[in-house]
Amino acid sequence: MSEHTHTIVGPKVYVAILFALLAGTALTVWASFVDLGFWNPIIALAIASTKAILVLLYFMHVKYSTRLTKLAIAGCLFLFLTLISLTLADYFSRAWGSW
Amino acid sequence: MQNNQAIVPAVLDQAGSEHGEHPSYLRHHFQTVEQQADASNFAMWLFLLTEVMFFGGLFTAYLIYRNWYFPAFVAGSHQLNVVWGTLNTLVLILSSFTMAMGVWCAETGRKTGLVLCLALTFILGIGFLGIKSVEYAEKIEKHHVPGLHYSLRSFLDPDSDAAARAAGDKPMTPEMAVHTELYFSLYFAMTGMHALHMIVGIGILGFMIFRARAGAYTSGHVTFVENFGLYWHFVDIVWIYLFALLYLISRH
Repeated sequence: MSEHTHTIVGPKVYVAILFALLAGTALTVWASFVDLGFWNPIIALAIASTKAILVLLYFMHVKYSTRLTKLAIAGCLFLFLTLISLTLADYFSRAWGSW
Repeated sequence: MQNNQAIVPAVLDQAGSEHGEHPSYLRHHFQTVEQQADASNFAMWLFLLTEVMFFGGLFTAYLIYRNWYFPAFVAGSHQLNVVWGTLNTLVLILSSFTMAMGVWCAETGRKTGLVLCLALTFILGIGFLGIKSVEYAEKIEKHHVPGLHYSLRSFLDPDSDAAARAAGDKPMTPEMAVHTELYFSLYFAMTGMHALHMIVGIGILGFMIFRARAGAYTSGHVTFVENFGLYWHFVDIVWIYLFALLYLISRH
């Protein structure tokens, strides 16, 4: 009946994630010097988010944690994105830059 | 959340010795070691989620002001050194890896490995702060610290400044140039808060190295190491975003 038994993540996974993070860093530094206009910040944030998700899932063991923990994290990210969206909607739609 | 089969009566013990039937580190308000581990893990996550909101506010402020005073924020960002920033990212990723390996060592009872991993994480953390202080010193020299004799020279006359010249900055109007001070305010607030988290983490690492040498975390009770690992990785994630937003997106 046990939903959750403590999973020990081993060195192989950690080394793989380390190299993925190093590759992601190299990629994002390289991409920042290429002029992609509008896409530069989006690509930088996409790579940063990919790295963050790898750290979350494997270094922080979210992939192996309880449903309660997963739900709490998902709830927090949803709330954070909601707050940012509402704040930005407010700023962008009210006399932008005229303060 | 838990299985109900393995519940051990932790409090009652006929012989009077309460610690006969369960590990000494199992607190009496928990029924099983697993329940205790899950509860403290969840509490740690709740703390980190409040930290997400805390840093999230700073990121939101940065997002709005960057769009608002775009030229000033681009010119401000050109003052940061990508080489130092990249080096610090590598140092921090490496420290996250050594921390993760430390957690594995604790979970599998490797005492020497744990002490080594914690010591490496400690050294890499100090290295990060060392590089950060080199960057801060440069800002102080160039009078780019908000409120402390802040100078607009690099932005009004970009040819006088090597970094601005290299980035091909055009002279700014004084009205826009004053907003570079806002960029550096957010730069110092965000990296400073991040550095403060690093300093706290390094302090706790020192304590843990001391305790790990005495064998504290390699005899089954690894919660402290695991929860500290979560904290350290969270600080790494914050830096991943800081690096992208402060150093990279205005570079091209």
